[in-house]
Amino acid sequence: MTHIELPSYLDQSADVKDRFDRMKQRPVTLKVNNLHKKFMSSHGEVVALKDINFETYKREFVCVIGPSGCGKSTLIRILAGLETPTSGEVLLDGKAVDGPSQERGMVFQGYTLFPWLTIKKNVMFGLEMAGHSKASSEEQAFQWIDLVGLSKFANAYPHQLSGGMKQRVAIARALANQPRILLMDEPFGALDAQTRAKMQSYLHEIWKNIDVTILFITHDLDEAIYLADRVLVLKANPGEVHEMIEVPVPHPRSPDDLLSPEFLATKKRLEELIHPPETDVAINQDHLNMVRMVSIDNEVESVF
Amino acid sequence: MKLSNLFAVGKKLDNQQRITVSIFSFLLPIFIWSLVSYAPFIWHPKVEISSPGEVGYFKQGMLIDREIFDKEVEAAINESKTIPQGTPANPIYLPAPHEVVIALYTAFTTEPKRRSEKWLHESLWDSIQVIFWGFVLSSLFGVPLGILAGTYDVFSKLFEPFIEFFRYLPAPAFGALAVAVLGIYDAPKIAIIFIGTFFQQVLVVSNTTRKLDPALLEAAMTLGAKKLSLLFRVVIPGIITHLYKDLRLLLGWAWTYLIVAELIGTSSGITWFITQQARYKNFENVFAAIIIIGVIGLTTDLILAALGKKMFIWEKSKAKA
Ligand SMILES: Nc1ncnc2c1ncn2[C@@H]1O[C@H](COP(=O)(O)OP(=O)(O)O)[C@@H](O)[C@H]1O
Ligand SMILES: [Mg+2]
Repeated sequence: MTHIELPSYLDQSADVKDRFDRMKQRPVTLKVNNLHKKFMSSHGEVVALKDINFETYKREFVCVIGPSGCGKSTLIRILAGLETPTSGEVLLDGKAVDGPSQERGMVFQGYTLFPWLTIKKNVMFGLEMAGHSKASSEEQAFQWIDLVGLSKFANAYPHQLSGGMKQRVAIARALANQPRILLMDEPFGALDAQTRAKMQSYLHEIWKNIDVTILFITHDLDEAIYLADRVLVLKANPGEVHEMIEVPVPHPRSPDDLLSPEFLATKKRLEELIHPPETDVAINQDHLNMVRMVSIDNEVESVF
Repeated sequence: MKLSNLFAVGKKLDNQQRITVSIFSFLLPIFIWSLVSYAPFIWHPKVEISSPGEVGYFKQGMLIDREIFDKEVEAAINESKTIPQGTPANPIYLPAPHEVVIALYTAFTTEPKRRSEKWLHESLWDSIQVIFWGFVLSSLFGVPLGILAGTYDVFSKLFEPFIEFFRYLPAPAFGALAVAVLGIYDAPKIAIIFIGTFFQQVLVVSNTTRKLDPALLEAAMTLGAKKLSLLFRVVIPGIITHLYKDLRLLLGWAWTYLIVAELIGTSSGITWFITQQARYKNFENVFAAIIIIGVIGLTTDLILAALGKKMFIWEKSKAKA
């Protein structure tokens, strides 16, 4: 299929290599050690995650990618403390994670804004939980709402906002608590392509200007490469680490990079990992039993 | 407006159509009632005697089965006596609409027969108070218990099995017991409303609470919310609109226990009025009273619905959005 000769995804320019070297000097934010997760279901035991090990550095942007059902959500929920691992441990700044807390912010695919609160009150929620006074929460909330460009909507209710705007509020709400790490589970999965691209740029802007590490789940290869410093590739049944890929595309990134050789090389590698070439048997078994169902004297004889 | 538009599957009518059709929902039964009352050929199984002729037991104004009347007429013709006269009529228990409309007015303006008896509006006020206290007391306990059971599995398992059992026991069955314990006045009546409402209420509220999107709770936890703040800042505001709708529905059920409740101990309130009027065969007054109950019920619900729209502004434009 590829007629152009692509470089290897492992080839890094001097600048990129230098950046990765410096990144690895940074303190480790999140460390995941020998993480296992089994679910008991009516069909018996499901191994959702098997022996996951990885770490993220301070202010790094890591994307997690893998086929549907490989345990991405399970992993991020364990990191958030919403689910307990069967064995293994998660360390944040060296301290073991035990239950949810505001130092690990989370953004869900389904927005999860509180419908009974205005945008401002939604963003104030975490601040008030953390014991900030009403006045101080309000002031900070306004800053964050301004940061995501929604000042005009501070007193609107969530249902009055579009999907992209809701997700910006959700990001502001999570960031207002100044978490050490921001966990995002397919946050843009429900958005249309255009809004999605815009949100990716916004998120990059925010990330560059704020002291936060981001772990971002997606099943969109382009999104992963465009956003991430490194991509954690999982495989399914059981969910295991395939490879941790260092994205060779230099920063700052723009939508034009989607066609750069580094980008395409990385994408090719991800495709190999996630959609392994199908065997002939599989292809032969999976086809439609199509017969011609158009009458012979149809006005349009053929669609070609 | 095309007529077929009215029958589009799963489509909402526009506002104008909805109001028109809603009015028809009242007009239709009234129309059927009028038809049966005013068109003699539809039912009218009786004959109201206007002149008894020479039939000994006929009296003017008497209602007689049509068959008996016809037989007597035939007999009168055969024996060449004066023929009795009469007009077709419905049984006394089905008064015509205009009679009920007049009764609706006179019921409020006629003085009670005895000094000790109450005016209709006083009886109604008694009934409303019984309903109010029964429902408020039930909600005071039922709503918190329901929310607890819906939030914490331990309370669910602690309360719900017994309540599931108890709700099958008919509230009126506790009438005699309530009188023995609480006396003959309003207390046992309030107790019956309470028993009739409370157990359903706990189950309905706990069910509503369980329907809260768990993702909202998870989001709140990642924002630092813990036990009590989860309950008061997320669970309760999260279910409040549904809870309010539940309570409106349950208030309707409470009314259905009213008649039984008021028969317990000394008969009182609107039920006393109805039984009294039925005894005097003033069925137009009975109908008037029943209609008044319906009007009060519907009006309270409409007022509560309007209040709900005011209180829960975040719900208001959801339907449009
Ligand atoms: N609560 C649960 N109980 C039982 N099985 C679960 C539960 N949550 C997830 N699983 C299973 O774990 C696997 C991974 O699920 P998930 O983490 O949601 O995958 P992904 O997000 O990558 O699509 C799936 O096979 C799923 O059926
Ligand atoms: Mg998922």
